[in-house]
Amino acid sequence: MPGDAIWVHGELAADGSLAKISTEVATLARTVGETAGRQVVGVVVGADPAAAAAELARFVPRVLALTEPATADHAAGTIVGQRLAGLIEREQPAFLLTGAGPEGRDVAGVVSALTGWGVLVNAVGVTWDDGPVVQMSVFGGKLTTTSRLTEERGIVTVRPNVVTAEPAAAPGSVEAGNIFGELDLPLVRIVDRVEAAGVAAPIEEARIIVAGGRGVGGPDGFKVVNDLAEALGGAVGATRAAVDSGWIPYAQQIGQTGKIVKPALYLALGISGAIQHKVGMQTAGTIVAINRDPDAPIAEFADVVVIGDLFEVAPALLAALRARAG
Amino acid sequence: MRIVVLVKPVPDTASGGERLRPDDWRLDRAAIPAVVNANDEYALEAALKLAEAHGGEVVLVSMAGPGAPETMRKALAMGAASGTLVTDEQLGGSDTLSTARVLAGALADMEYDLVLAGADSSDGGAGVVPAGIATLLGLPYLSYAAKIEPDPAARTVRVHRISPTGYEVLEAPLPALIVATQALGEPRYPSLKGIMAARSKTLETKTLVDVAVGAGPVGGAAATSRVVGSEAPSPRAATRVIREPADEAARLVVEFLAERRII
Repeated sequence: MPGDAIWVHGELAADGSLAKISTEVATLARTVGETAGRQVVGVVVGADPAAAAAELARFVPRVLALTEPATADHAAGTIVGQRLAGLIEREQPAFLLTGAGPEGRDVAGVVSALTGWGVLVNAVGVTWDDGPVVQMSVFGGKLTTTSRLTEERGIVTVRPNVVTAEPAAAPGSVEAGNIFGELDLPLVRIVDRVEAAGVAAPIEEARIIVAGGRGVGGPDGFKVVNDLAEALGGAVGATRAAVDSGWIPYAQQIGQTGKIVKPALYLALGISGAIQHKVGMQTAGTIVAINRDPDAPIAEFADVVVIGDLFEVAPALLAALRARAG
Repeated sequence: MRIVVLVKPVPDTASGGERLRPDDWRLDRAAIPAVVNANDEYALEAALKLAEAHGGEVVLVSMAGPGAPETMRKALAMGAASGTLVTDEQLGGSDTLSTARVLAGALADMEYDLVLAGADSSDGGAGVVPAGIATLLGLPYLSYAAKIEPDPAARTVRVHRISPTGYEVLEAPLPALIVATQALGEPRYPSLKGIMAARSKTLETKTLVDVAVGAGPVGGAAATSRVVGSEAPSPRAATRVIREPADEAARLVVEFLAERRII
């Protein structure tokens, strides 16, 4: 008889710890599980899953840690997906929740293809009504749709910053999980890992983002963007114009062909707010913009817009924040 | 090198007119003009550059509605040699799993060294279809590419995969499926010559019966999820406009952030 558990895929960060997105997905799954009266189980797959599994057990009652040596020097998504699918076949959970970031998407695509399970993507909210009910923000935040799976099985990918991660009242247990079968899909070898200079935490996970656009004027202009991000304890983002101009790496780009973010604060410097950028950030909790042009589209959807020269306002803001921090 | 690029016609986001059909909450594709999905254009540009450097040709594969040829001609005008469109009434309302199954079915009949796909589409935005296709076809899967370096003689490819801290250099045998990102470089504009040439390029249309879909049921009737409602999100409060001089403006912003308990 099929089980009815809700599983959470625990992603490993580069240093072997649990990815922040997984702490959020686990918190969400636990909340949903309590409403549904369903068991919630975390699953971590990795060459050395112990640290991440222990961390995940702070959030959910039970964690399976699957040791899979191949992920040490091979691209993880396909391998983790196969191990999850193998375990799903055996243990018959009902649902799998994962992050909607690069690894979660890779894993969801592989598991879906192997199990025949459907995927509800980019959830900005998950509730329970005889099955998961998923809210998605579509068309750049213009609409919120509500979707359900048509079967009693399926995968949900969850956007970062949808919930605030909160450990459970009592920590859960960690068990070693078994791996089943061969890895049938081709392995993709990791030949090298290259650290990029100056890359901070992933912007999708940041609580505060300070972003620069064309109005920042050049790579030197990003200094005040960086300084403000540092003063606020946030990450640096950018528009496509700034990335295409080579002022800042693509990994920091927010918008249609970049990242979709949902920070508590989005501070936009010299960003006009064109639709392609807006779709990446308009669900931010609070949007503050500094722009010279009172008619810029961002002035219509920001919570606060300062009309002025960002090279005067931003340093003043930096000074005010530093003075406040003492 | 023979390279397949997967392309999807999507509603032009710049139009701002996207909407759902009121009866079934499916995307109303008739409401606004379609364009080639932006991430697919990066994939196509990367494929064209690879074909220029290593010889060979680029072909398009799409699963879309009957109006897709018009959009696919734009991609042919950029330099792709030919295209295959899988279109079928039954495929309307397909989910990501159906899409992966159909595209894998279309690819199963073809010969190629590389398949390139965009990281996600601007309409559905799922980002799970390429991994599904690679899984169904048993192809090496290399995602989030910022650089693609094939070695046709050795029958391998290296990819710089964007990671949270930089990038990983991945290596796999050909044929392989690669997910393209904007970091691969700006797509070219079609030349007038390209636009003229595109008119006479072969665009083959297939229906579901022509495609070897072996992995399971496909199409709208087999969708594993459905939209059950939609609403406009509560509007943001009116924008507060600050026009004070820099120091005063800064003070007001700090005060506002403190009120909202952000700092």
